[in-house]
Amino acid sequence: MELLAFGKTGWGDELFYATLMTLAVSVTAMLIGFFFALIFTPLKLSKYKTLNLIGNFYTTVIRGVPELLVIYLFFFGGSGAIMYVASMFGYYEYIEINAFITGSFAIGIISGAYSTEVFRGAIQSIDKGQFEASKVLGIKKHVQFYKVVLPQMLRLAIPNLSNVWQITLKDTSLISVTGLVEIMRQSYIAAGSTRDPLFFYSFAAVLYLLLTYLSMKLINRLEVKYSRGY
Amino acid sequence: MDFELMIISFPKLLNATVITLKLLSLSLFFGLFIGLIFAVLRMNKNPILNKFSYGYSYIFRGTPLLVQIFIIYFGLGQIEYLRSTVLWIILKEPYWCAIIAFALNTGAYTSEILRSAFQTIKPGFIEAGKSLGISNKIIFYKIQIPIAIRQSLPAYGNEIILMMKGTSLASTVTLMDLTGVAKYIISTTFKPIEVFIVAGSIYLFMTFVIHNLIKYLEKKYSY
Repeated sequence: MELLAFGKTGWGDELFYATLMTLAVSVTAMLIGFFFALIFTPLKLSKYKTLNLIGNFYTTVIRGVPELLVIYLFFFGGSGAIMYVASMFGYYEYIEINAFITGSFAIGIISGAYSTEVFRGAIQSIDKGQFEASKVLGIKKHVQFYKVVLPQMLRLAIPNLSNVWQITLKDTSLISVTGLVEIMRQSYIAAGSTRDPLFFYSFAAVLYLLLTYLSMKLINRLEVKYSRGY
Repeated sequence: MDFELMIISFPKLLNATVITLKLLSLSLFFGLFIGLIFAVLRMNKNPILNKFSYGYSYIFRGTPLLVQIFIIYFGLGQIEYLRSTVLWIILKEPYWCAIIAFALNTGAYTSEILRSAFQTIKPGFIEAGKSLGISNKIIFYKIQIPIAIRQSLPAYGNEIILMMKGTSLASTVTLMDLTGVAKYIISTTFKPIEVFIVAGSIYLFMTFVIHNLIKYLEKKYSY
């Protein structure tokens, strides 16, 4: 227990901030994922073959390649890509992107592929009659989306999105390889300097379990809220 | 685009794929047994066995695979007692530590898949077997298991693909699998995109093969 003391003698405060970092990366990645899903879901549902192909390419490649490989691509290729773009605008200095941004972006793209699949499934399982009925009632396209499709879609999507959240949360442990100090990295540092890896990695496992447990509780409440009337 | 590097690195990466496939097949093999045992325990009426099985799958599904590998590889070596037993021969090798971690992890997911497959078997099948005077043991092996295997094929196919991606974590405990070699080439040449394309294609090819194999089996065993 001494090892977990707050302050200079223990690793309690370090691990606490690391947990917050894990949460911050997960939430950012999840939001970036939603952004990608917002772009790629319509592409996958589009009538045009080419757009379909782009959407399918994204979800197939990202879901078929290990997360770690994607992270290495961003870690080693990220600043190179940014510098290439900057050089087109006449900026030739070295640019280093911070580990938080690289990490959340890499995990975000992965999470986005899963979210895209969830949204696609949810929209496709809405009864066709709903679209036809709102059309007959003369409801405009964007109102139809916000008032008819979205509320029904969310109800169907929440259970699966909670799976995506769990995957995203666990995937953030992988960005410890880039040096970002989240739970895994902090445990690695603590284990190295105290020579007590068993304790610190087990404690990391407990922290992750706590995060998944608490977020499941929260999501279950949301689920109840959105399925009122069913 | 450095095509020369892509051509040079291809055989190296293909060589590393052998290790990835070895890790995958061994951990799936052991994981299936673990999964079956825990699925049966989970359906047991004894509350202690039941809770134990639930706890196992909850812990392994709720924590990242990376933590599990680190606990087994770095953590277990710390216990003095373990170092003096025969187990140490296995636990000092990163290769076997990775396989143990993968097998336990996939075992947890597999137990959930099998459990839900067993639960969807209509009670009528078992009742029919009983009324024909077939013993409980034979009902389990000849009726429940074949139906459960068929039911769980689609979900298990996904699990195989997830596990294949999971083997990439072996590179964090010094194993030179496909991702490990890819990382090595990237960090020596600083050409991440080229290496990503080659290594990613190999992974995608494996995903493609697994996906179609499962599809074929699903068709073969459909009823």
